[in-house]
Amino acid sequence: MSGIPHDHYEPTTNGEKWLHKRLPIVGLLYDTIMIPTPKNLNWMWIWGIILTFCLALQIATGVVLVMHYTPHVDLAFSSVEHIMRNVNGGHMIRYLHMNGASLFFVAVYAHIFRGLYYGSYKAPREITWIIGMLIYLLMMGTAFMGYVLPWGQMSFWGATVITGLFGAIPFIGEAIQTWLLGGPAVDNATLNRFFSLHYLLPFVIAGLVIVHIWAFHTTGNNNPTGVDVRRGSKEEAAKDTVPFWPYFVIKDLFALAVILAVFWAIVGFMPNYLGHPDNYIEANPLVTPAHIVPEWYFLPFYAILRAFTSEVWVVQFASFITGGIVDAKFFGVIAMFGAIIAMALAPWLDTSSVRSGRYRPMFKWWFWLLVIDFFALMWLGAMPAEEPYASFSLIASAYWFAYFLVILPLLGVIEKPLPQPATIEEDFDAHYGKASQSTPAE
Amino acid sequence: MFKKLLVSAIAAIAIAPGAAMAAGGAGHVEDFEFSFEGPFGSFDQNQLQRGLQIYTEVCAACHGLKQVPIRTLADEGGPNLPADQVRAYAEFYEVYDPELDDLRPAKPTDHFPGSGLETAPDLSMMAKARAGFHGPYGLGLNQLFKGMGGAEYIASLLSGYTGEEKEEAGTIFYENTAFPGGWIAMAPPLSDELVEFADGHANDVHHLAADVSAFLMWTAEPKMMARKQAGFVGVLFLTLLSVLLYLTNKRIWAPLKGKKTS
Repeated sequence: MSGIPHDHYEPTTNGEKWLHKRLPIVGLLYDTIMIPTPKNLNWMWIWGIILTFCLALQIATGVVLVMHYTPHVDLAFSSVEHIMRNVNGGHMIRYLHMNGASLFFVAVYAHIFRGLYYGSYKAPREITWIIGMLIYLLMMGTAFMGYVLPWGQMSFWGATVITGLFGAIPFIGEAIQTWLLGGPAVDNATLNRFFSLHYLLPFVIAGLVIVHIWAFHTTGNNNPTGVDVRRGSKEEAAKDTVPFWPYFVIKDLFALAVILAVFWAIVGFMPNYLGHPDNYIEANPLVTPAHIVPEWYFLPFYAILRAFTSEVWVVQFASFITGGIVDAKFFGVIAMFGAIIAMALAPWLDTSSVRSGRYRPMFKWWFWLLVIDFFALMWLGAMPAEEPYASFSLIASAYWFAYFLVILPLLGVIEKPLPQPATIEEDFDAHYGKASQSTPAE
Repeated sequence: MFKKLLVSAIAAIAIAPGAAMAAGGAGHVEDFEFSFEGPFGSFDQNQLQRGLQIYTEVCAACHGLKQVPIRTLADEGGPNLPADQVRAYAEFYEVYDPELDDLRPAKPTDHFPGSGLETAPDLSMMAKARAGFHGPYGLGLNQLFKGMGGAEYIASLLSGYTGEEKEEAGTIFYENTAFPGGWIAMAPPLSDELVEFADGHANDVHHLAADVSAFLMWTAEPKMMARKQAGFVGVLFLTLLSVLLYLTNKRIWAPLKGKKTS
């Protein structure tokens, strides 16, 4: 499976040979777990394991929650309270699931920004990147629909606002919105289809995760230098890499344990801190909450959605040339999805031949500005839609697009990169010194 | 350099949710010292029992607790009432039984009745639903550092009446220092010595407000003690596991790494 030369599984006993002829599953597992991995991976390469764990955690806790949950507008809210009060350990399972979503997004954002900094999206890993973006989109859909299920005030009004976005599409928007909701407004039909999809999508994500791993196991991992693993021979490759087991399995498990300790403290001592208190009030279509705010992980893109009001000249221009078909609301929706599409197109927008930001002196500054921009958007998304937040949102949104559409293409042309190490081995030895023994145990 | 990213990520997470809270017109919320604050805080059983008495004699006239099963009054870590007292308490309420098609005295397995007055909200989860008052634009820092939450809000509200009234469109509003906007439709429910405790515990408005708020925190989060215990044990084991994995990791990588030269 891997392009990096390494030892493959050889069945030795008769039983192993019998199975291997019929189903080479042990070989597949062996190649997956023993894959040669660049030995200079730093601590930002742990997030993949964290994410895999999150998916497993969410599915495991979710499957148990479903056993006690009732997807009906009259019963959903009480059934969640039933889980919290009467189901054995139900309050912990529910809080784990609730906060597990937040951990999932912390990890995915760290994972994405790592990819952006070290140029993991660049050739030949474009497919890995695109699949990753699809997973991220599905995660957002899943999280959004999951938040509707407890049927609290923020569930209901969040669903109303977000499905309303589709209503902004010209001509067919209203029909699409009705089709999504299963009726003219958020109601029992909506709750039921969201429940069904919230159960289905994680398994679609799991499938995509396998393809994601398959893709980067084919190209090999990127690494902090962005320099390719030498593939001339097994011996050469072995100087740049170590097998995934045990080196990175143990390292990743260590990172996972540390992160879980923090996560567990949040679940145990402040489980509602990341949630919205209004969701402990049962959904009421007649009472609109004072501020409808999405969960923290949606805030950056929510800020972009709201930034483009009818006072912005770009919006007015778009409205003018389309004869009013593209209004402010629709423009906001395009901008929000466009922000993610722009990020997904990074492999083709970035013209620099150097992968890692480590050797790109100008890129570094723009990258960190993007990180700050991301957190600024997150903050702005939680603020009320008034000045000065509206102007800040517009500037921050503009930078998000400028980074992908202007800065990445330009930098590749004007930037003079720093010298890169010739090999991964050289980088590793520069960091840790040459090993006393000639070769590691493998 | 990714440490920077991590630090800012953590900071943003700490700030973001609170920032999602209500803007403008937030009232003043006093920081009460509750026994259940902090990672090791637990409910004060006597306070919960007093709170139950206040709820029953005062709040229950209009409000309900429809999510709370009466039997949980016997729960350890909660009010911890003896089983016979819970049974006697349940009979205080009448519930509708669809099998009899009639009202009957409640049993411990029944829930508390819902609100009797249509405009009075159910109080089951009020202490969690009102946890979002913190800060002008809500950084959530009071919640994080002082352990302030919905119980503080309820206690501040109940003891925050100034005595001023006004009439608007046929409804009387009462001035309240904790209520967002400053005017609330609920008449001041508590007054000094309104409830007499068998053990002669202090019963001024401030104490009554704190006691009933503690009780409502319990109705909102009855498993808080179990949760904190699970939290503590989990963090302890995960920390231990982290240390073991750290040492394992160091040992495994040691042969690959030489002495740092540069």
